[in-house]
Amino acid sequence: MENIKVTCLHDRHVGLGAQMSPFGGFDMPIQYKGIVEEHNAVRNACGVFDVSHMGEVSVTGPDAERFVNHIFTNDLTDAPDGKCFYGMMLHPTGGVVDDLLVYKRGDNDFFLVINAANIDKDVAWIEKNAEGFDVKVDHQSDYYGELAIQGPKAEALVTELLGIKCEQIPFYCFEQQQWQGEPIIISRTGYTGEDGFEIYGSHETTRKIWDILIESGKVEPCGLGCRDTLRFEVGLPLYGDELTDEITPIEAGLGIFVKLDKPEFIGKEAIAAQKAEGVKRKLVGLELNDRAIPRHGYEVLNESGDKVGEVTTGYHAISVDKSIAMALVDAGYAALGTPLQVKIRRKTFPATVVKKKFYNKNYKK
Amino acid sequence: MKTYYSPSHEYIKVDGNIGYIGISDYAQHALGNVVYVDMPEVGDDIEAGEDFGAIESVKAASDLIAPVSGAVIEINEHLIDNPRLVNEDAMTNWIIKVELTNPSELDDLMDEEAYKELCEKEKH
Repeated sequence: MENIKVTCLHDRHVGLGAQMSPFGGFDMPIQYKGIVEEHNAVRNACGVFDVSHMGEVSVTGPDAERFVNHIFTNDLTDAPDGKCFYGMMLHPTGGVVDDLLVYKRGDNDFFLVINAANIDKDVAWIEKNAEGFDVKVDHQSDYYGELAIQGPKAEALVTELLGIKCEQIPFYCFEQQQWQGEPIIISRTGYTGEDGFEIYGSHETTRKIWDILIESGKVEPCGLGCRDTLRFEVGLPLYGDELTDEITPIEAGLGIFVKLDKPEFIGKEAIAAQKAEGVKRKLVGLELNDRAIPRHGYEVLNESGDKVGEVTTGYHAISVDKSIAMALVDAGYAALGTPLQVKIRRKTFPATVVKKKFYNKNYKK
Repeated sequence: MKTYYSPSHEYIKVDGNIGYIGISDYAQHALGNVVYVDMPEVGDDIEAGEDFGAIESVKAASDLIAPVSGAVIEINEHLIDNPRLVNEDAMTNWIIKVELTNPSELDDLMDEEAYKELCEKEKH
């Protein structure tokens, strides 16, 4: 537990009696009332997550657009202000340094949101690759708090409880607003498969917003436990599970976020080659006909019992009430309907390859 | 029946040389929603200190550690379809019924009072 960091809401979590656990270098709430209750609150009403552990990096300067396009797989060329982009930073090998959101605030003015566990690695990567570009890289993780307010009632409750006008913000877009005299960034984004918003502000502002939402009794405090079950059911990847330094976005089925028609970006050649040659392994969905739960790292076997892959994430999923998993398997076993097996402790269980989206997203587009 | 506890939060309720093994109320509370109990089969031998199965909450799998050695003579089949019974009443809803091979192993376990103290310590 050396050097464990805390967010600006740590005392609130402890006060609510949350079960705390280290995640990405931070002491984070895993659950308050329980994962199932919190998961269902987000699917059916509204929940708020403290995601202040996420990292923020501002990139500005005359070469900012050219530079972010150089390190990022999605295409920011001629993008309108106020738009968010999902994509990855890649190693030259095509492996993923991190997956991230890029907010375009203006010409040559970008705001990058990165994973907590990768903050040090990413900042070093960005700074190292910025050599030769006329840009200012400003690491702002210590300034920003971040809340994710998610669920079908998120828009109504953000409007009603916080007085923030948000119904006009389209999916994957954001606005920079003033709230109680302080600047905030609010985007219609999230990691749950439900409609919702993410709000970035100072620690003080983040605490004020959290308190209003919790004291209203209308917004459920939600921990990282259900954040994982929610994102998993709708097939969203988690860095460390479905994406790593060794897994490419093509293998993970995220090729649409890698724009090979861009003139250049780090990792482009490797990805182009992999697309041309075909991938050796692929991320698939698995469904078990048993309550046993396939967890991260468990072996996936073919019908003869040979190892053909590994589970990346698995749960007895809350919204679909089935034991399901995402797994990285040899490409020959990736077709829908392929019969496989998962080794769970001493036993093996039959499994079938299914679509990774176990539950349909309910985004407002 | 006298109840004994292990440091890994299993209990055993003993009636002669027959024991009912489950997880404590403290353990079910710490785990949260139980979604699966991986049990051995009737006839399997279990050995004190070794795992005999696992119990899974939404978030994680935890090994079940045998408090004593013995042979499994029954498993709680209600838990196959309704693992949440463990949350509802952990002390009534035992996981396996065993015949003890070495009852003197019970001397290494905690009684109710000693176990309560352990839980208090773990909370802080």
